[in-house]
Amino acid sequence: MLSKKNKEILLGPLSKNNPVIVQILGICSALAVTAKLEPALVMAVSVTAVVAFANVIISLLRNTIPNSIRIIVQLVVVAALVIIVDQVLKAYMYQVSKQLSVFVGLIITNCILMGRLEAFALSHKPWESFLDGIGNGVGYGIILVIVAFFRELLGSGTLFGYQVIPQQMYDWGYQNNGLMILPPMALITVACIIWVHRSRNKDLQQ
Amino acid sequence: MFQSVFEGFESFLFVPNTTSRSGVHIHDSIDSKRTMTVVIVALLPALLFGMYNVGYQHYLAIGELARTSFWSIFLFGFLATLPKIVVSYVVGLGIEFTAAQLRHHEIQEGFLVSGMLIPMIVPVDTPLWMIAVATAFAVIFAKEVFGGTGMNIFNIALVTRAFLFFAYPSKMSGDEVFVRTGDTFGLGAGQLVEGFSGATPLGQAATHSGGGALQLTDILGNPLSLHDMFLGFIPGSIGETSTLAILIGAVILLATGIASWRVMLSVFAGGIVMSLICNWCANPDIYPAAQLSPIEQICLGGFAFAAVFMATDPVTGARTNTGKYIFGFLVGVLAILIRVFNSGYPEGAMLAVLLMNAFAPLIDYFVVEANIRHRLKRAKNLTK
Repeated sequence: MLSKKNKEILLGPLSKNNPVIVQILGICSALAVTAKLEPALVMAVSVTAVVAFANVIISLLRNTIPNSIRIIVQLVVVAALVIIVDQVLKAYMYQVSKQLSVFVGLIITNCILMGRLEAFALSHKPWESFLDGIGNGVGYGIILVIVAFFRELLGSGTLFGYQVIPQQMYDWGYQNNGLMILPPMALITVACIIWVHRSRNKDLQQ
Repeated sequence: MFQSVFEGFESFLFVPNTTSRSGVHIHDSIDSKRTMTVVIVALLPALLFGMYNVGYQHYLAIGELARTSFWSIFLFGFLATLPKIVVSYVVGLGIEFTAAQLRHHEIQEGFLVSGMLIPMIVPVDTPLWMIAVATAFAVIFAKEVFGGTGMNIFNIALVTRAFLFFAYPSKMSGDEVFVRTGDTFGLGAGQLVEGFSGATPLGQAATHSGGGALQLTDILGNPLSLHDMFLGFIPGSIGETSTLAILIGAVILLATGIASWRVMLSVFAGGIVMSLICNWCANPDIYPAAQLSPIEQICLGGFAFAAVFMATDPVTGARTNTGKYIFGFLVGVLAILIRVFNSGYPEGAMLAVLLMNAFAPLIDYFVVEANIRHRLKRAKNLTK
């Protein structure tokens, strides 16, 4: 089940081949949904689920899809999965679903999805494709959660909506950093993560 | 270990007696250390006046101006401003030294001016820790990641201010922050007089509602004269209120040839043109700041300061001579445009300079391209 090669497929995207900080894919949603931890986490789980199952389905169909219409088939599969995720969120996590708003629907256009389907699922077996989807989804999710952690902590003083910066600090004159809530700071936070990551992995430096 | 720190101090304090041995070098008495020092000298009038004005506004607010001597007014402002200067230099130079040490570079003098500009463009009641955080952010993300002094795209001091402005808006705008109402180190305690309002003139213009003529007032509600605006006895960020003091600085910069007169002139031209357009075209009921005359627009807020000390930054501005005219003109136009048409931002000079910083390389590119085309055409005509 988890041979050495499969382990590489699963764990590679977590660091050395991370979709966000190495391949620079999926940046748009990483900026949009990371102002708070909760929506970021839900987004990460949703993308992981969609990319994993889309990978499996496309991999199962890979020998029957005519090459000329493969993008359309991929889009149909992804769209169906996204609708399911959207309905589940609306049914069970309505508040978060409202916060994520259009970005759930925009999972369809997330570059990570199309990238994995084109580059991996079309040429690999279902189990490997599933692992690849999980790996890339989690690799994306880790970055989202790290960015959201700093943005929520410094921007709102909370984590998952709970106050973590004590009232004492505010009495001493501390203030939440309003810039962390704005999208530019997400970009700078992602840049900092890339900075740290590249300085630890010298082989990624150009 | 600590070699760059040692060498930095040695060349700062002494003239090094080692000179280059090989090759041909042109020796000029101007270097970046002298440039920076001249800019600091040019900043001094505005800084000293700013200190005095901090005390002046404070004693005006507590109603004891007439009973306070010149020197205690100045002392109040001096004590209120000094901690900001110290914090800005300690944080900024600390990061510069560390970065130079880590990269084995020489320490450069770039932060000398930025460190002086930062305390001059913040409101007097900005908490020190915010200045420290913003300075650290600007030096690391606007300067060191681009490669240090001379490599930055955006003006460091303005990035610091923009960071403060967007991160802590309650401490950077509004009626509360531009006049110190409390005491400073136990000095100048007192009760606020009745009818006090700490709104800056531009703040009043931005929040003026209900149409009708705009009457700018000082913090006690008395009408402001053009004379006050020019001399700078108005609430505002520490160093930017006095157009006169800034003009003295401008004369120093232009006489020594440090700053470009093209940029300075065209910023003022842009501002005047845009405020005339606003006077004629904009509906003063919707955009009350459009009523301000060009002279008032220039004297109020940070316009003159931005024109003289920010837009003329040789690193972040345009380099070609034609480019300088375009760059400066657009800075002036944008500053007034933001002031008048966006009441969320009472002052637009900071945003205008930062935006044009981003466009400066593009302007230069097109100026150079146009020149190449022009000369190719001439060459073709000659060979015909």
